[in-house]
Amino acid sequence: MTEPTTHQRIRFYQTGTHTVGNRLLDETKRTVQASMARANSITSGHRACQGCGEALGARYALDSVMRATEGQMVAVNATGCLEVFTTPYPETSWQIPWLHSLFGNAPAVATGVAAALRVKGKGHVRVVAQGGDGGTADIGFGCLSGMFERNDDVLYICYDNEGYMNTGVQRSSATPPTARTSTTPALGDDPGNVFGTGKNLPLIALAHNIPYVATASVADLHDLEAKVAKAMGFRGARYIHIMVPCPLGWGSASDATIRIARLAVESGFFPLFEAEYGEITAANKIRRQVPVSEYLKLQRRFAHLFKRGPDGEEDRKGLDRLQQMADANIARFNLLSDGAAQGTSP
Amino acid sequence: MFQIRIHGRGGQGVVTAAEMLSIAAFKEGRHAQAFPSFGSERMGAPVVSFCRIDDREIRLREPVQEPDALIIQDPTLLHSIDVFNGLDPTGYILINSRRGFEELGIAEFAAKLPAHQVCALGATDMAMKYVGRPLPNAALLGGFAAISGELHIDSVADAIMEKFPGTVGKANAAAARQAFLEVAQHQPEKRTAAC
Amino acid sequence: MLKQLEGSQAVAETVASCRPEVVCAYPITPQTHIVEGVGALVKTGSLKNCEYINVESEFAALSVAIGASAAGARAYTATASQGLLFMAEAVYNAAGLGLPIVMTIGNRAIGAPINIWNDHTDSMSMKDSGWIQLFAETNQEAVDLHIQAFRLAEELSCPVMVCMDGFILTHAYERIDVPAQEEVDAFLPPFEPVQVLDPVEPYSIGAMVGPDAFAEVRYLAHDKQLQALRLIPEIAEVFKDVFGRETGGLLHPYRTEGAETMVVALSSVNGTIKEVIDQMRFDGVAIGSISICSFRPFPLQALATTLSGAKRVVVIEKSLAPGLGGMVASDVRMALAHEATPVYTVIAGLGGRPITMASLMEVFEAATEDRLPDMQFLDLDYAAVEHEIARARATRRSGPTAENVLRRLGPQRPAAKT
Repeated sequence: MTEPTTHQRIRFYQTGTHTVGNRLLDETKRTVQASMARANSITSGHRACQGCGEALGARYALDSVMRATEGQMVAVNATGCLEVFTTPYPETSWQIPWLHSLFGNAPAVATGVAAALRVKGKGHVRVVAQGGDGGTADIGFGCLSGMFERNDDVLYICYDNEGYMNTGVQRSSATPPTARTSTTPALGDDPGNVFGTGKNLPLIALAHNIPYVATASVADLHDLEAKVAKAMGFRGARYIHIMVPCPLGWGSASDATIRIARLAVESGFFPLFEAEYGEITAANKIRRQVPVSEYLKLQRRFAHLFKRGPDGEEDRKGLDRLQQMADANIARFNLLSDGAAQGTSP
Repeated sequence: MFQIRIHGRGGQGVVTAAEMLSIAAFKEGRHAQAFPSFGSERMGAPVVSFCRIDDREIRLREPVQEPDALIIQDPTLLHSIDVFNGLDPTGYILINSRRGFEELGIAEFAAKLPAHQVCALGATDMAMKYVGRPLPNAALLGGFAAISGELHIDSVADAIMEKFPGTVGKANAAAARQAFLEVAQHQPEKRTAAC
Repeated sequence: MLKQLEGSQAVAETVASCRPEVVCAYPITPQTHIVEGVGALVKTGSLKNCEYINVESEFAALSVAIGASAAGARAYTATASQGLLFMAEAVYNAAGLGLPIVMTIGNRAIGAPINIWNDHTDSMSMKDSGWIQLFAETNQEAVDLHIQAFRLAEELSCPVMVCMDGFILTHAYERIDVPAQEEVDAFLPPFEPVQVLDPVEPYSIGAMVGPDAFAEVRYLAHDKQLQALRLIPEIAEVFKDVFGRETGGLLHPYRTEGAETMVVALSSVNGTIKEVIDQMRFDGVAIGSISICSFRPFPLQALATTLSGAKRVVVIEKSLAPGLGGMVASDVRMALAHEATPVYTVIAGLGGRPITMASLMEVFEAATEDRLPDMQFLDLDYAAVEHEIARARATRRSGPTAENVLRRLGPQRPAAKT
């Protein structure tokens, strides 16, 4: 199902965020955030770290929902970074109705809110539930699946920074293999996180056959907003998974957040796709493929992969396997168009 | 207060029997309490249920220790469980069996009770005849009404039809009425024979 | 209307007439018949304007109720035993957020070892969560307490647990006056939330509170329970006016005038206790009993007043604080903090063991002669436990305790083939 796009895909090659599509675009084509009339669901003064990908992603996502629903929304939040930095006692930066219950129950709480609104005759008020990867993929997984299975009218947004960041950077089931966290230290013969089978939340959401599933990135904020707006056009369970780099947890420069997010997409490590009712409907092609190492190099959590051994050589095992993961995504989602530049030398 | 204990096996409607008794009593304006011996439900396992009937509020919550009447839906229990435990010496026994007490091996025990208060009744056969399923509980309740005089057969039949609406209820009620008639005609001197 | 029906069914019909708007269901013995009953009423259309949601766990059940209540809907669920523990985090969360959810607990023991029968361990595990806990003595009271619970919860903005003995009440058929819809409507106004998620007036609910204010917030929770002490009897009075029945309130004294020995207990065992009291009174013994209906808030003052004059108190309770004794008894003791009255604890009925008139009679008689130990287990098979203790001492690998005890208790049973 295609909808007329409200944004124009212009290729930008500049770094930095100041001109991400807005000043050069017609007003109607600009992001919600570009507008003075934006809702500011999360207003300024919150306590996110400098360069926090989640703060950026949440702001874009929620204001997009506010525009799509003409301000008729309620947000439910799991415990985590977003909840903590937006409600620094005794203040709140939320300008919308907002409920925080527990770590593992955001999807279920959202189900309850949606049911109540319906029964009260306020079905036009929509519900967004949000949580980090820990609250979504781990402790909230059961509730998430239950909400999907019932097809409750909730948009669930997962802000994936690949670890339990708020509590001190511990590993979650979304932490990529080899990544250093405080519970998967870069020590010994097998430094960093193990190579498990991975837990692909977007594909799991897709397997529930819910109306709409999408992955998004803070590297492409127009795309993020559009996907959120599209999601709000559906009724029933919807899931959007946004990769949000975390400078603190990833050991990256606070001004490199968007660049790192872009490299994750352009290497194929984080594929951008959409699905409806269990079928993939679209995938964003990689404009210029980069080797995964370009992405990994900017993050100290992967630094041990680049250490040179006593023989002066890098241990390529980890790097090779991560490249294979990216290649597998490229193949699976068909992320390279025929004319795209191939740059796969790791 | 009149206390009834019903013994049977899972799947024979032992619990429902107690409930129907309580409904019958209710219809007569009396207080009644019915409850099972609470266990995981499993076909074939021994089950006990209880019913208390009184003219005032029933407050007692313990299992029936000293029944005034025993209804034994499955005679195979007779020699594996002490079904007669606590039975009042002036109590009633109603057993679902076509065999006499001699054959069942309880003639000696039955002889201690007033003759017209003990009876063996082919309730399963009656159920097969009227309902087409080997669920003897309704017929036994009809027999109980006759043997004890504690409830009117009309109340019992109404209770059965309330619990099982439609044709199933009617068929079971018919079985109950038949049982009532047969037991009511029971002669004291034939106490070792089937009713 | 007077009906003869199963306790669970009566509760289901009554909850339905309280016009809940969101009901969540997750099965666990022995409360299943209640939510099934409500679900059926929604499906047939008897209960309108109600969303019935089948959830994937008890944790989800209470979480859905939390969301629904915060969005302004009257929310209800039911659970027992393991299920209550599984939602423990949400139990505290609901109380802390001040959401007027009503939940039925079909009281059941908690494992290990797994046991589906009645005792009060489950409710006791959450007694200090900030929920109001009301215990029903009969199915009539269970029905009536649910109606009172919604009103109480919503007036206070505090969640309420209505506790009824699993199987003993839930699965018993009794004569119950099931209130009519008009009567309930007259007593229970529509839910007016104190806080609600609404785009018209947005605010944040559930933010963190630091050391600067946490104690104050907790004090207010404490104060809420104290307000409940006042409100519970008031609501019971109004209930009496509307329905013509005296149910609920803080406690029910029975023949306590001039009683030297007083028995205190929660819920259905009080029926059996009253039978014993009557017999003993007939024999000239100055004995009475008190059924505590509001366990949380605990009616310290009302109980102290009712117990004044007692020479001794016997607490019959279906809950055990391992290594310590009774839970109810500790609270009763607190009511008598300034008195020297002995309080005897009798742990009874654990895991569904029947409490008989005969056993109670023995205990009460011993009490009147001050022959009771401070704490005892009613009808315990001491030989079995002593055997197991000795066996465990003798062998390191003595095997699982529960199975050992079972094996000993049933030598004539066929060996379990699992």
